[in-house]
Amino acid sequence: MTDIAPARPSRRRRTAPVADPAAAAAPIRTRALTKRYGDLVAVDALDLEVRAGEIFGLLGQNGAGKTTTILMLLGLTEPSGGTARVVGLDPARRPLEVKRRVGYLPDAVGFYGNLTGRENLRYTGRLNGLADVEIEEQIAHVLEQVGLVGRADTPTDTYSRGMLQRLGIADALLKSPDVLILDEPTTSIDPIGVVEILDLLRSLVQARGMTILLSSHLLGQVQSVCDRVGIFAAGRLIGVGTVAELAERFGDGAAHIEIAVATDGDGESAPDPQSTLAAIEHVSSVGWDAPTGTWHVAVRPMEESGRVREAILRAAVERGLRLTSLRVLEPSLDDIYRTAVAGMPRAGVTTEVGA
Amino acid sequence: MTAEAAAALSGLHGRAPGWRIVARKEFADHISSARFMVLLLVLGAAAIVPLYFASDTIRSVASQVTDTRDAFLALFLVSPKGVPIPNVFNFVGIVAPLLGVAFAFDAINSERTDGTLPRLLSQPIYRDDVVNGKFAAGLAAISLVLLAVVGVISGFGIVRLGIIPSPDEVVRLLAWLALTVLWVSLWLAFGLLLSVVIRRAATAALVGFGVWLLVAIFGQLIVSLIAGIVAPVANAGSIEEALSLTALSATIARLLPLTLYQEASAVLLNPTVTTVSTPTTIGQWQQWQQQAQGQLLSFDQSALLVWPHLVVLVAMTAACFAAGYVMFMRQEVRA
Repeated sequence: MTDIAPARPSRRRRTAPVADPAAAAAPIRTRALTKRYGDLVAVDALDLEVRAGEIFGLLGQNGAGKTTTILMLLGLTEPSGGTARVVGLDPARRPLEVKRRVGYLPDAVGFYGNLTGRENLRYTGRLNGLADVEIEEQIAHVLEQVGLVGRADTPTDTYSRGMLQRLGIADALLKSPDVLILDEPTTSIDPIGVVEILDLLRSLVQARGMTILLSSHLLGQVQSVCDRVGIFAAGRLIGVGTVAELAERFGDGAAHIEIAVATDGDGESAPDPQSTLAAIEHVSSVGWDAPTGTWHVAVRPMEESGRVREAILRAAVERGLRLTSLRVLEPSLDDIYRTAVAGMPRAGVTTEVGA
Repeated sequence: MTAEAAAALSGLHGRAPGWRIVARKEFADHISSARFMVLLLVLGAAAIVPLYFASDTIRSVASQVTDTRDAFLALFLVSPKGVPIPNVFNFVGIVAPLLGVAFAFDAINSERTDGTLPRLLSQPIYRDDVVNGKFAAGLAAISLVLLAVVGVISGFGIVRLGIIPSPDEVVRLLAWLALTVLWVSLWLAFGLLLSVVIRRAATAALVGFGVWLLVAIFGQLIVSLIAGIVAPVANAGSIEEALSLTALSATIARLLPLTLYQEASAVLLNPTVTTVSTPTTIGQWQQWQQQAQGQLLSFDQSALLVWPHLVVLVAMTAACFAAGYVMFMRQEVRA
């Protein structure tokens, strides 16, 4: 990645904001950024700061304003109010310089189906004003990074959605950007592909200090890769921080344990798990989670989690409860998100755990 | 977008401008596309078929009148006797709009539906580079074929029939070619406008071809209908009145770009045509009567005659292109 840097034309250096330490610390920074479509407020006074060399996850449901925010950061749509600074530049006033230094993967990215993957990337390279030799080197490099070398010379018509998504990431990386903005990068990629993509993003940050902003509504997937996340709902950022910080802020102050119990043929286990578990000290609630077929135990205060697990095991032995699994549920972004959006304590039963 | 325009002034780099990169890619797409093959076949047929049927006529005419000064241009004007085939310039006049629309109706909306537009616009190019590049590429592709067709007809005339063009004829031919490119670009701009306004390519194509049908087939009918209502020549009480009503209906007919193109073509390709309209006053009529019939106009005189036509066609093209351009600049990137 870094071996390509010397071949870069001097243009890059000329446009780089040298004397802006704020930009160096936070390549993406918005102040009261607002976008209105008529009466609808798509983005409402957004204050966002993405620090250099971090992966920031913008999480929210479809229609929460993620894509609109991203388009404003790229100068592809004009803000109704507020300011944005990307690599120290105002994207509304100097969109070309911003776009030269920011790689962008749009939501539901598309390619020219009659051209091969390589030809598509070549077009992007030319649009970025790269020299022909440099383009070919870069293409070979990014194709290898996203694992598409084998299919590079077939028309993109024949690509699967996941392959298009990878090619989109290659396309965004082609210009050797300082900042990478990815809109729903893991959508429609299979689980193994997701892990590969997230590993790739991680390595990009580590190897060349790239700053990455990604948006997603698949919270569980991006949880592992984001340094910090921002929770976005109805155009507002309702919480920013690491997953642990957010769990503390939006969690219910309880630890959660999932227990599976073997049942007899008639669907009944010998002792009633509900009463057995509820009797244990510090257990604040016990709930049956039908989709997973497990019992969920809430422990309050959460520090007592270890002691409660011991007690459950002991009770299982003493009362003949046929325990088949017991595990601690990590705070998941899905839960945090749901709590944060609802603005109320979560229900006693977890119905879904991130994949 | 004023911001992008401002950036244009500050950021001029020593590389190929964005519109040329877009045009290069689009041109390459066009050349290898199915519609280009269709264009080649249609225009090729337009050139070869009338020529084939007319070559005997031309040959006999050329040998009879040894000093015919416009025999070469007759290659483009002859319509074969007994075969219902239009001559080259009439055919091009009818088919060019179809080609213009065919090369532009999906320019922007297909980028939108394929999801390539956000990716394209997130590259460091100005937004208008996309429109300009696509327009230039479509025009280049069609012009290339037009040039080839004219070349084939000329070559046929020179080699097979032995008719050598005079310099004046070459100039006229080039002028007609330029006029035809302008005619195509009007429809290309119209197609581009449709591709910006109408989100579905199929709908845009239908609307484009519908308008073409309206203009090409029903246009004359509608215009003469309007003229009949506004200026009923039959009701004229005197010759003066009849002539002024004729003039009015001729003006109404010129609202149709097809009329403009055909009149201008006729004048440019045929030096014996000395007027684009029937005389509308008694004075003009007398003047026209006094002109030595059969004399040839020099090229600059013909050009003077069609100058207003050219200006109006340029204005129409500019208006179509500007409308598409402005709307594209104001559209949201997302559908």
